Amino acid sequence: MILARPITRAAAAIGLSLFAALPAWAQDAAAHMAAPPAPVPNPGNNAWMMTATVLVLLMILPGLALFYGGLTRAKNMLATMTQIGAVAALAMLIWVTYGYGLAFGPEGNAFISWGKFFLSGITPESTAATFTNEVISEYVFVSFQMTFAAITIALVLGGVVERMKFSAVLVFATVWLTIVYFPIAHMVWEGRGLFFTMGALDFAGGTVVHINAGISALVAAIMLGKRKGYPNEPMPPHSLTLTMVGTGLLWVGWFGFNAGSALEANGSAALAMINTLVATAAAGLAWMATERVVGHKASALGFCSGIIAGLVAITPAAGNSGPFGAIVLGAVSSVVCFLFVARVKPALGYDDSLDAFGIHGVGGIVGAVGTAIVYAPSLGGPGGADYAIGGQMVTQVSAVAATIVISAIGTAIAITIAKALTGLRVTPDVELEGLDLGEHGERAYN
Amino acid sequence: MKLIMAIIKPFKLDDVRDALAGVGIAGMTVSEVKGFGRQKGQTEIYRGAEYTTNMVPKVKVEVVCDDALATRVVEAIQQAANSGAIGDGKIFVLDVAHAVRIRTGETGETAL
Repeated sequence: MILARPITRAAAAIGLSLFAALPAWAQDAAAHMAAPPAPVPNPGNNAWMMTATVLVLLMILPGLALFYGGLTRAKNMLATMTQIGAVAALAMLIWVTYGYGLAFGPEGNAFISWGKFFLSGITPESTAATFTNEVISEYVFVSFQMTFAAITIALVLGGVVERMKFSAVLVFATVWLTIVYFPIAHMVWEGRGLFFTMGALDFAGGTVVHINAGISALVAAIMLGKRKGYPNEPMPPHSLTLTMVGTGLLWVGWFGFNAGSALEANGSAALAMINTLVATAAAGLAWMATERVVGHKASALGFCSGIIAGLVAITPAAGNSGPFGAIVLGAVSSVVCFLFVARVKPALGYDDSLDAFGIHGVGGIVGAVGTAIVYAPSLGGPGGADYAIGGQMVTQVSAVAATIVISAIGTAIAITIAKALTGLRVTPDVELEGLDLGEHGERAYN
Repeated sequence: MKLIMAIIKPFKLDDVRDALAGVGIAGMTVSEVKGFGRQKGQTEIYRGAEYTTNMVPKVKVEVVCDDALATRVVEAIQQAANSGAIGDGKIFVLDVAHAVRIRTGETGETAL
């Protein structure tokens, strides 16, 4: 399924309410004008999209906070979780102020839109189009998309935790959302957007969220530099128990992310749902199997990492694949991500602390490219009979390449601005003692 | 009086406690410790990053008894904590100069 433009119908709704206020003779006259009836949201679809929205919120807090927090050292647990919570909250306020307008505003071109700043003109009667003739309440659409912006900037932090200043994180997040996230969200999901008009397949945000966050994390991690002592000093995760809990919450929340991206409670959402189960299951097992093949033990962290690699890969393909295509895609992503974080990253020597690039970036690229394959009807995908893998592959690769360029350049600018305004890194003393005490004045465990 | 300090494998603690009760020891101090001897640590792997931990978790048991009992206490611990594998631990015997029971002020062997 190619994403359709969510045309807002607020104007029509406002028009109708004006007619209702006119005297009877005027209503008769209005009837002769044959104004189309304002579309009314189906309560079932609205209810599902409200649920999906809070499921994505669950992915951030406490899902991602626990997943990332457990992977850091005990002295940086609260700093990691606080950064995630704070940038998510910041993204929500920026989203209603100007983010929604820049991504989904009424005026615009292939790269950006504008209008509806401060949500102007949106009322409880306003609606946003789905991919069929249905509509959902525009406030629900604004809220759903808001959580995507919030989780994407939170994901980026996986590359920079344990050393970046809290103030720098907030400045970086503000600039990054403005110059990277909103334009890419517009290009992929809005009807006039560049990738959208190219026909790129991205069901739930493989490019916008995962490739974008992964590349940005890599660039930010390189610009920030390594943690003190990396890679010579051991930095084992302080609580894989909490990481496992976070992984479970991420998996549950991901149903809002993927199945919610159908924007309706329909068959497309159902396909996304089953794929989000089976691709992930295959990926969790595949990571552990790969560990065995290379001579390690099948590990809990391996299982959790595989789960995330599978969820990331199935995101662009959620409603664009059959269940067995999804299983293959999840397993392949898991193996590629394992090789990347366990072999390629140590060889290259950069410090992407929690493998935001190694799993979200790499898994996102595998997913975006693989979507072109699993979409084919011959492989059980929902593509039409005339679907050509080769042509679509070119489109997918172009969209991926363009996203990489925009993310990398935008992140470099955002990090540079943060560095100029607040400085990037905590002092060596704070880094040694832990960011929990140095940046927040408290300890996770007493 | 003697202080008998035994470093043993954690899962042998209950056996050692029962054996000491068998020879009439009424109290002991137990702490979780880390260290190494002939038994070296293990390798941990997190997403491919390998860390060799050279400290092995052990339990330290400390018992103070009168001189006459010391040999039997050492034997009891040695037999109870023995699994036949490297890493079973060590027993050290030290002289104790003085002992005081805080509640009553009793001193020497009556304080034990």
